[in-house]
Amino acid sequence: MADINIVEKELEHGGHHDDHGHDDHDHHGDKYQSSFVDRYIFSQDHKTIAKQFLITGMLWAIIGAGMSIIFRLQLGFPDANMAWLQPLLGGWIKIDPTTGLGEIDPDFYYALVTMHGTILVFFVLTAGLSGTFSNLLIPLQIGARDMASPMMNMLSYWFFFLAGAILFISLFLNTGPFSGGWTGYPPLSALPQASDGSKAGATLWLLSLVFFVVSVLLGGINYITTILNMRTKGMNMFRMPLTIWAFLVTAILGLLSFPVLASGFFMLTFDRVLGTSFFLNEIFVAGEALTTRVGGSAILYQHLFWFLGHPEVYIIILPAMGLVSEVLSVSARKPIFGYKAMVFSILAIGVLSFLVWAHHMYMSGMNPFIANIFVLFTLIIAVPSAVKVFNWIATIWGGNLRINSASLFSIGFVSMFISGGLTGIFLGNAAIDIQQHDTYFVVAHFHIVMGVAAFFGMFAGIYHWFPRMYGRFMNETLGRIHFWGTMIGAYAIFGPMHYLGMAGVPRRYYRFDKFQAFSEFTGMNEFITIAAILTFAVQILFVINFFYSMYKGRKQTEMNPWGATTLEWTAPVDAGHGNWDGDIPHVHRWPYDMGRHGREFIPQTEPLAEGEIDGGH
Amino acid sequence: MEMVTSPKKIRRIHPKKFALWTAIVSMLMLFSAFTSAYIVRKASSNWLAFPIVDEFFYSTGVILSSSVILHVSYKAFVAKNYTLYKLLLTLGLGLGVLFVALQYMGWLTLNSDTYGIFISTNQSSSFFVLLVGTHALHVIGGITALMISWIYALKSSTKEWTPRGQLRLELTFTYWHFVDILWLYLLLFLWIQQ
Ligand code: HEM
Ligand SMILES: [Cu+2]
Repeated sequence: MADINIVEKELEHGGHHDDHGHDDHDHHGDKYQSSFVDRYIFSQDHKTIAKQFLITGMLWAIIGAGMSIIFRLQLGFPDANMAWLQPLLGGWIKIDPTTGLGEIDPDFYYALVTMHGTILVFFVLTAGLSGTFSNLLIPLQIGARDMASPMMNMLSYWFFFLAGAILFISLFLNTGPFSGGWTGYPPLSALPQASDGSKAGATLWLLSLVFFVVSVLLGGINYITTILNMRTKGMNMFRMPLTIWAFLVTAILGLLSFPVLASGFFMLTFDRVLGTSFFLNEIFVAGEALTTRVGGSAILYQHLFWFLGHPEVYIIILPAMGLVSEVLSVSARKPIFGYKAMVFSILAIGVLSFLVWAHHMYMSGMNPFIANIFVLFTLIIAVPSAVKVFNWIATIWGGNLRINSASLFSIGFVSMFISGGLTGIFLGNAAIDIQQHDTYFVVAHFHIVMGVAAFFGMFAGIYHWFPRMYGRFMNETLGRIHFWGTMIGAYAIFGPMHYLGMAGVPRRYYRFDKFQAFSEFTGMNEFITIAAILTFAVQILFVINFFYSMYKGRKQTEMNPWGATTLEWTAPVDAGHGNWDGDIPHVHRWPYDMGRHGREFIPQTEPLAEGEIDGGH
Repeated sequence: MEMVTSPKKIRRIHPKKFALWTAIVSMLMLFSAFTSAYIVRKASSNWLAFPIVDEFFYSTGVILSSSVILHVSYKAFVAKNYTLYKLLLTLGLGLGVLFVALQYMGWLTLNSDTYGIFISTNQSSSFFVLLVGTHALHVIGGITALMISWIYALKSSTKEWTPRGQLRLELTFTYWHFVDILWLYLLLFLWIQQ
């Protein structure tokens, strides 16, 4: 041990708080930035990697949302002539030779839904959200020159890129991409002969997601290590902004749950390739028995999947919660209400999220007694969630709220989270879930609470930190149109789905009009589809605004345009790899010192006055 | 004033080492998932038990001794005894390769007519391959890391003691000890489950 300590000292080149250096590189114009490729493509600078995650995520969001428009067209207008989509979708549009009318191939419908789910959950709301903001904000807000391992950070992005490339290629297979749902349940996913989508499409889907898991783990290890080891002087844990707390717990959840998903994927791959039957038992495909594939259990996969699946939804929502907390406090010019309560509820959510996975499996034939235990834990999660909601509302209550795109989206987030959380309480009760499982009620629940809410958090983050990324502001008018369009649109799409679900309309059906019981909802389905198209159009506005503002947006004139206390606004936007030109600033107070001593805000870098007590404690 | 606001933080562990431990936690999660699935599956019917053949006990001895040898090699490096360091590192690396070979031979023995156990014979053999195979992949990762250290040990510019060199060895060997202990756990697990 003794010799290790000596080495530690030597390694540090004079100690941890050498403010000029970093273990791996020197800042500003270092060797990693010498060429175009190193600077913009294989960059190791966390700020560039953040932008890579963001823009890749946006591309995937457009693809994934575009897919939803196509299958919404099918659901809203099942009899419409889809022949005009043939140039885009080719053979997936079946043309009736006698009438000349085109129709979406039912198999392809399922492939679209599967791709939509996979892309949005993993590529957009995990990599695009946590990848972007963890990268951008962790080093900047804790006062570090970069991540603990910039190299691993770069690899994390490129593994994500590889995962995306593989999934993208699978879209062009002639048997089509995987079509077994984003959850990939066996036996459908385990048997290539079960459906077209379970052939090469499923193989590529699995491969893609395994690389994705590698990306998440590389990123997560780095985020945790950086937050726990690289904070600047004075930045103790309870002086970290809530964003950092959220990213920390997110990364821990990912680190603990993604390997379990990987275990399920490995076993599934064995079943597909090596003839094992982990998840198979007494299967008949097209009337033919697979006699050698016995002894496995498909439910086992469900356990492994949801052991990730539930934490995953918090991996998606926690970063959004962190961003919203920060934006709301800065916009209200008030400290966040109940900072410590916020921290402890993030931690409580983190712990509880591992104890509730079976609430996705109430209908799998599980023992009702065990189901009850999961009901209990599931409903307990509502407590820390409610604490957070209460604190956000208390933060803006009586505040001098600055209305802009970022704060509007933050308020929208709170609204969505309340609406979706309430339906969660219904679903969390096994007795009610028996009715609601696999209906549009569940679809409405998770889109509002996770899909839309997380997007709102992401939008709030983008509008707020855009100047920090590009030195310019996004257009405010377009931003507000974007907000109102999305807010109204999202409720118009998902509100009616609650009603459909309560009436028993099942999810993952190709068309409803042929069922007597559901044909009366034709009008409602048309309405939802039209709302979806309009909402999608509003998102195009955002994309235009984003890229336009990157080059032509209003220039940022002051370093700290929002009057925030946190460290990221003390580093010049054009600083290269290393963030601060001179020394890393030291921190002397908690991150929410606003509206005290007659001052609008006091930066974290300002030393405490004689006898002053730090506000967070 | 300084004292109130920011007690000087002392870094107790190098960030890279911390990152390695974090990665180890995620690998532990992978293997706990496998072993819990094993327990769940074994609890239901149609489970065929088969013996752990001798090769797996030999390999256990091999990987245990490789850990000890590599640890002594590390001590030698710190003490700047480069000949011993290089010798033991080479030996440790060889034993690592031997371990993987023995695991594979053990599997071949199970395949042989005496036992006739193949991957899809029964859930028990599928799980066996899953556990031993995934572990072997982790060991192969360790062997790769050892090879890199070995190349560094031979190059004249990097064979002498430097803090960086010591850190590299510490990371590599920590990982190696981890896969060693992981194997002990798996062997014990399979043995108890018999
Ligand atoms: C008060 C808190 C919550 C409760 C009690 C709750 C409960 C549930 C239950 C019981 C289900 C399963 C419904 C079924 O399939 O029959 C479900 C589905 C789902 N929930 Fe929640 N939930 C809550 C919050 C959240 C949050 C915060 C998110 C995401 C950020 C989320 C995302 C999802 C997703 C994605 C699904 C559906 C997955 C699928 O089947 O494809 N939920 N929720
Ligand atoms: Cu859940």
